[in-house]
Amino acid sequence: MFELLGIPPQALFGQLLLGLINGSFYALLSLGLAVIFGLLNIINFTHGAQYMMGAFVAWMLLDYLGIGYWWALVLVPVIVGLTGIVLERLMISRLYHLDHLYGLLLTFGLALIIQGLFRNQYGISGEAYSIPSQLVGVQNLGFMFLPNYRLWVIVASVVVCLGTWFVIEKTRLGAYLRAATENPTLVGAFGINVPRLVTLTYGFGVGLAALAGVLAAPIYSVNPNMGADLIIVVFAVVVIGGMGSILGAVLTGFGLGLIEGLTKVFYPEGSAVVIFVIMAIVLLVKPAGLFGRTA
Amino acid sequence: MAAEVEPLERQVAATAGAGGMPRHHQLIFAGLLAFALVAPFVLYPVFVMKVLCFVLFACAFNLLLGFGGLLSFGHAAYFGSASYVAAHAAKVWGLTPELAILCGTATAAGLGFVFGGLAIRRAGIYFAMVTLAFAQMVYFFSLQAPFTGGEDGIQSVPRGALLGLFSLESDRTLYFFVLAIVFGGLLLIYRIIHSPFGQVMKAIRDNEPRAVSLGYRVQRYKLAVFVLSATLAGLAGSTKALVFQLASLTDVHWSMSGEVVLMTLLGGMGTVFGPIVGAATIVTMQNYLAGFGAWVTVTQGVIFVVGVLLFREGIVGVLSRWLKKPL
Amino acid sequence: MLISAFNQTNLALRAAQGRKQKMQKGKLLLVSIAAMLVATPAFAQTSVKIGVLNDRSGTYSDLAGEGSVVAARMAVEDFKAAEKGIDVTIVSADHQNKPDVASNLARQWYDAEGVDVIADVPTSSTALAVNDITREKNKIFLVSGAAASDLTGKACSPNTVHWTYDTWALAHGTGQAMVETGGDSWFFLTADYAFGHALERDTSEVVEASGGKVLGAVRHPFPGQDFSSFLLQAQASGAKVIGLANAGADTTNAIKQASEFGITQGGQSLAGLLIFLTDVHALGLQTAQGLVLTEAFYWDLNDETRAWSKRFAEAHNGNMPTMVQAGVYSSVLHYLKAVEAAGSKDSAAVMAKMKEMPSEDALFGQGQVRQDGRHVHDMYLFQVKSPDESKGAWDYYKVVATIPAERAFRPLDQGGCPLVK
Repeated sequence: MFELLGIPPQALFGQLLLGLINGSFYALLSLGLAVIFGLLNIINFTHGAQYMMGAFVAWMLLDYLGIGYWWALVLVPVIVGLTGIVLERLMISRLYHLDHLYGLLLTFGLALIIQGLFRNQYGISGEAYSIPSQLVGVQNLGFMFLPNYRLWVIVASVVVCLGTWFVIEKTRLGAYLRAATENPTLVGAFGINVPRLVTLTYGFGVGLAALAGVLAAPIYSVNPNMGADLIIVVFAVVVIGGMGSILGAVLTGFGLGLIEGLTKVFYPEGSAVVIFVIMAIVLLVKPAGLFGRTA
Repeated sequence: MAAEVEPLERQVAATAGAGGMPRHHQLIFAGLLAFALVAPFVLYPVFVMKVLCFVLFACAFNLLLGFGGLLSFGHAAYFGSASYVAAHAAKVWGLTPELAILCGTATAAGLGFVFGGLAIRRAGIYFAMVTLAFAQMVYFFSLQAPFTGGEDGIQSVPRGALLGLFSLESDRTLYFFVLAIVFGGLLLIYRIIHSPFGQVMKAIRDNEPRAVSLGYRVQRYKLAVFVLSATLAGLAGSTKALVFQLASLTDVHWSMSGEVVLMTLLGGMGTVFGPIVGAATIVTMQNYLAGFGAWVTVTQGVIFVVGVLLFREGIVGVLSRWLKKPL
Repeated sequence: MLISAFNQTNLALRAAQGRKQKMQKGKLLLVSIAAMLVATPAFAQTSVKIGVLNDRSGTYSDLAGEGSVVAARMAVEDFKAAEKGIDVTIVSADHQNKPDVASNLARQWYDAEGVDVIADVPTSSTALAVNDITREKNKIFLVSGAAASDLTGKACSPNTVHWTYDTWALAHGTGQAMVETGGDSWFFLTADYAFGHALERDTSEVVEASGGKVLGAVRHPFPGQDFSSFLLQAQASGAKVIGLANAGADTTNAIKQASEFGITQGGQSLAGLLIFLTDVHALGLQTAQGLVLTEAFYWDLNDETRAWSKRFAEAHNGNMPTMVQAGVYSSVLHYLKAVEAAGSKDSAAVMAKMKEMPSEDALFGQGQVRQDGRHVHDMYLFQVKSPDESKGAWDYYKVVATIPAERAFRPLDQGGCPLVK
């Protein structure tokens, strides 16, 4: 193992960059979760399964229909988003009047169903999905070789995260949405179809998860369990960032990626648990999260 | 968790105060005991012991969720850590079974005190997430610590001899020991629920600000019920370690925490006998569907979904409503 | 069956001779004759129940799973059990790679369902649990899927046969071969659990004993998803060989990501310390080409293995057998032959026969079960073909070397097994 001191700076930068890449996935996923929780008060435990569905649908499009990566980036979030909308209309919306922990239990159950069905159908070895030809190859950065595809992942997620934040915080649509969550009756009285807005927002959040799935498909193995262990980490990210804060979720996502990257260098076995230690500390010290507004 | 209030419960408070347990509860306990005494001769004893351990675990969890109104997402930490400590005590330190179980239970109580003390500073989803974070840390510790054996777990745990005199190697003998423990635990939980302490807990669950305004030290009560719940979960875990002669990572994994929530939800949170039904159903289902691979996961998911959408009161809750008697 | 009844009668009579009461002898004789008469009708049945316990839904379901059950059935067919008066039932279950599930299933099978022998059991932690229970209940355990060399070492048992491979064989096969071909500096990427540590330890020993150096190791949480950080550390170390001391999805993910980061193009080689045919199938030759690995069986070795594998594939969705599934076939076949030879399914008698008789079958050729329960046979060093070299699906390996049985496994005296005198 490398010594604690004396790790060459280039190696450190390389690890940090990799951490940033992982952070992109955390950021995208926690963005979706934060949108859904922050705006709709739904604790969407199905998010991990929807991420997995995104990866699988991308693979299915390629394998069964020959539709490639670039189309998948657009189609998959729509397809999976639609399934999310169906779920919301049929089941999740019936629980809005109750304590939102029921929503958590419901979505947890849905996640189990989705994962179980995929496992029965596809087994666990995982399916292969290759990196699109335009993105194959590496960039020599001096301190490491960065695969082009990973660079693309960072760029794509930053763009999507900023775009989403902008829409929600700075546009009229976003304003309607934020208003609708705070006072649905009043907003409804203005003639805005609040339930439809809620449904579409849920669908959008799910679509974000699916997009993350498509981005992940070429580099992580496409298998039914890919979302399961990721989901509790993503929840931790959202909780740390502040459950109502979009920006908080994104920044924490990238931040966690960096911290994990560092941990992998100094104490790799601990890289899976560092997030929970941080979450416990944050929750005890600043319960609304780093960027959250106290409810 | 603001559960839907059961007006029937007030009837219980009225009748129970008079002479202890209401008649129909006595009958149910007697019936359960009779069934439990016959079971090892009819069914595979190890299977029934597994059901018993999980019944205790689910009832302990329900103490916190149904009566305390606090959803803990990390109860596996207490169940599992007690399991590991009891296994280690029996195997490496060579303690007799009742001492080993005591060690395990004490560990769970200690952890419950520390984690609970920190967790109750928050409420709702944040409380749940803090308990989850602590449980993950316990999982990580169990994975790394040498004495827990990592992936292998602690295997070949000896069952030993009760008080040094009565060998527990035989499944039947062990069964009655386990039955005594679990039944004792259930009666204890019943007593807690129907005591003044239990009444205050329900008041806090239903309307915390009002309880505070009435002068109750709410945080103390919450901590107390948390510790009680964790301790009894630990008792279940330690006993389980002796039954299966094995303590493994499954006991501290977050899916175990999810399962106990499922058992309680299915049976009926806030009912006394609900978790018993829930635990028995889930364990039996897992046993018989084990051959069908991922269908167990799917079935559990379906139960969660249907339970939350249609049967929030759970099996016993629905039964209770039909019979118009609190169960 | 007739013969064994007669033998039993003989033994009983000799026992009776020690006693003074002639009436005892007379009674015994009567009873024995009656037993023989009853046993006479054509095919008196010994019935044997075999339990195939493995992962049917998780990370090892492809390399074992239903395929192992198919293999066990083929063994029963090829043994012609029905004609020999032995009635064989096969049951199967999923242990989900968890020792608690495995130990419960094993216990239940032995106690309540009359299972006599358990076969397969991949994942070392589960195999160790089943090993204990089998010893406690005095049944028989035929391990094919698990790797832990402790099963014939400190944890060895008079009731267990370790058939197909173990961590020592893998380490010595791949490790030694790579050092000899110039890979003399190593860096390990190890799954942070007992199996990974054992594999790393065994391979490090071999590397150092063969004159190589271990430059470092990094332990990743098990199971892992993203290995880029660890691969980067491996790359930075400059080691000529990156040893993957992990299995299943961890290995395939690590290999995919190594290919993405251009690690092999940079001159370093990857040594998969535990790779199965199904892993290569999942990775695809483009990514997996050039990998060096050690296995005990490959479907395309010779005419006999090809014929058998074709039959297997027909019964198993066109998938070719892995060494684990082949091992289940072989071990079950040998077990049945031992039952026939011993005339009963008494564990001690059958185990004695299994160790006494050399094994012979189409898949592993000649082999022998040792005192410590280790089955020794030839092992093979393979290299994964490039896409051009392969003529079709499942044509993945070329043989680099054959490691003869005497050298392939840990010497009997080095394991620390109490059964070895």
